[in-house]
Amino acid sequence: MYVAVKGGERAIDNAHAWLAEERRGDASVPELSVAQIREQMTLAVNRVMAEGSLYDPDLAALAIKQARGDLIEAVFLIRAYRTTLPRFGASRPMDTGSMACDRRVSATFKDAPGGQVLGPTFDYTHRLLDFKLAADGEVPPAPEATEGEPPTETPHIMEFLDREGLMQRDTDSKTPPRDLTREPLELPATRDLRLQALTRGDEGFVLGMAYSTQRGYARNHAFVAELRIGKVAVEMDIPELGFAIKIGEVELTECETVNQFAGSKTEPPQFTRGYGLVFGMSERKAISMALVDRALRWEELGEDNLGAPAQDAEFVLYHADNIQATGFLEHIKLPHYVDFQSELELIRKLRREATAAAQDVAREAAE
Amino acid sequence: MQTLSLTGGFRDAPKDAAFAFRAVMNAMAKPGEINSVTGAEPPAGLSTAAGVVLLTLCDPETPIYLAPGFDRPELRDWITFHTGATFAPASAAQFALGAWDDLSRGDFPLGTAAYPDRSATLIVEVDDLRSDGATLTGPGIKDSAALSLPDRTAFQQNAALFPRGLDFIFTCSDRLAALPRSTKVS
Amino acid sequence: MTVETKEKTSDRQAWMGLLARAEASDLARLWARYSATPAHEVLRAPEIGGVMLRGRMGAVGDAFNMGEMSVTRCSVRLADGPDGHAYVQGRSRDKALQAALVDALMQSDAADEVRAKLLDPLAEIESQRRASRAAKAAATKVDFFTMVRGED
Repeated sequence: MYVAVKGGERAIDNAHAWLAEERRGDASVPELSVAQIREQMTLAVNRVMAEGSLYDPDLAALAIKQARGDLIEAVFLIRAYRTTLPRFGASRPMDTGSMACDRRVSATFKDAPGGQVLGPTFDYTHRLLDFKLAADGEVPPAPEATEGEPPTETPHIMEFLDREGLMQRDTDSKTPPRDLTREPLELPATRDLRLQALTRGDEGFVLGMAYSTQRGYARNHAFVAELRIGKVAVEMDIPELGFAIKIGEVELTECETVNQFAGSKTEPPQFTRGYGLVFGMSERKAISMALVDRALRWEELGEDNLGAPAQDAEFVLYHADNIQATGFLEHIKLPHYVDFQSELELIRKLRREATAAAQDVAREAAE
Repeated sequence: MQTLSLTGGFRDAPKDAAFAFRAVMNAMAKPGEINSVTGAEPPAGLSTAAGVVLLTLCDPETPIYLAPGFDRPELRDWITFHTGATFAPASAAQFALGAWDDLSRGDFPLGTAAYPDRSATLIVEVDDLRSDGATLTGPGIKDSAALSLPDRTAFQQNAALFPRGLDFIFTCSDRLAALPRSTKVS
Repeated sequence: MTVETKEKTSDRQAWMGLLARAEASDLARLWARYSATPAHEVLRAPEIGGVMLRGRMGAVGDAFNMGEMSVTRCSVRLADGPDGHAYVQGRSRDKALQAALVDALMQSDAADEVRAKLLDPLAEIESQRRASRAAKAAATKVDFFTMVRGED
């Protein structure tokens, strides 16, 4: 009689113990704390929050520690944790126009009110490895502007760019958004579902799709009309109060792109738009999201379907989620012994038949 | 929101809801069996059992239809505060609460062939809940069971719709019983 | 709604937002220093959950769902009357309970004292943090027309 289950349990327990030891690494090296990850690996934390679809920096940092730095594994942990949270409701749509911008740049409009604010960007760093970082050292405090008044408002650049009415406008029809974490995503998907899928989609996948649109797969030349990063208030209607209150603040990255559009039978020539909005300081993802959003809008704009992958909603939306993707991908390493056995038998049978047939042919030829 | 409506919820939600859920599950799994529940103190006019079922099963994504007699401000406030559930007409409801005479007239979702679960669950407040009356047979019932159903024809018709159809939870004071769509009534 | 009620509401909205944004450790420290906890009944024990955050397409268009934020909520009733509610970002049960108690106290005779000992210090911490961040951002603002002293 087999006692395979017990043997498996022992192997699994030992694997977990070894995993914990490997996770810790060399014990003479100080242990990494969740606070250290939250403070010093913030961009990884941001990615895990965005793709995990849960804004909670401490949890994301913990997930990264537990996952030994494997961010998709960390996203998996966050997604699982999300399922244990009762849903209290939804916020009012966040007003990014009142964002306290840490960073705000535009490639289309040089002198916008609020100016071009670089923020703590990597853009001008030359990308040379800084070996001073290998040793711990004090970081001097960043300079603070002392002259002039701090900007009180940074209005959206799109409001200025549209002075001549050449921009396609988004309007608020007050339609409640659908939620793909509550009902299965079916096609055709409305834009609210597409944006939700993209903001929680794998950054690498969305980046690749965005890049493909720039390389001619959909012939879209995009300009970054505005990129802004900073804190935005979260407001929610509370039934027992009878009014709305602010329940917190989140850091968001917002990207608005403009694309030239020569017009179609139904639409006049105008600038069309793409939109990206992501948790945390996630610039690459926000820009990518805006480009893919624009590509997926070809149908409502009356554009031609050029057969580009980024125009194919099924291809983009059904492969963007890295947890769904890795779930199915990794399942093939689980035991498929019976499946394989039957494949083996089939191949053997086909081989026997093929050999026999070849022998028959040879015999006939000889006669 | 009225100050009275904020009291009477589960004191220890995870534990209380777990016990309550098990009671409802048992009632559904063994149709005809009457279970006792505890933990909710709804406003006057709603039984403890109905209150417990609402607290356990309803949330912001389960629209509720309140039948006449139950569509009162203090009841709405209590449900809103403790569950976050919204209110809807019968045709869009996932749960319904009322007396049988009112609920029997409702045009509730019955589910579709592809998604039979997209139907309503009716919480029927009854004056009396006894193990006699209609005969129940089917999954979860050894031989047969008996339950004081307010009607027979309507439930027989419902069972004929299987796998579509409604499911019912009968509530009286602190007791409840259930009739899933898989049960045959005679 | 009367003008007075509107002002009272926006006042209450302001302190509830302030409490929600406060660091749990700051609120805990100020609460400990304030006074003994007032007699109260818990209407809803601190509960951790999620709130779905929404953005707008193109910043001004229809709403779409982004992802959830962890939130803790709590409701209390003081022995002498007012109900206090809290919905605060994060997963701190203590913070939610303290915020709900402060909300209730701000509707009672203790309001002035609570404002001075709790709300004002929290507002000061927040305003300094914001000002410092805004000043750092402003220092990175590009000045396209800076005059550089050249050779004569």
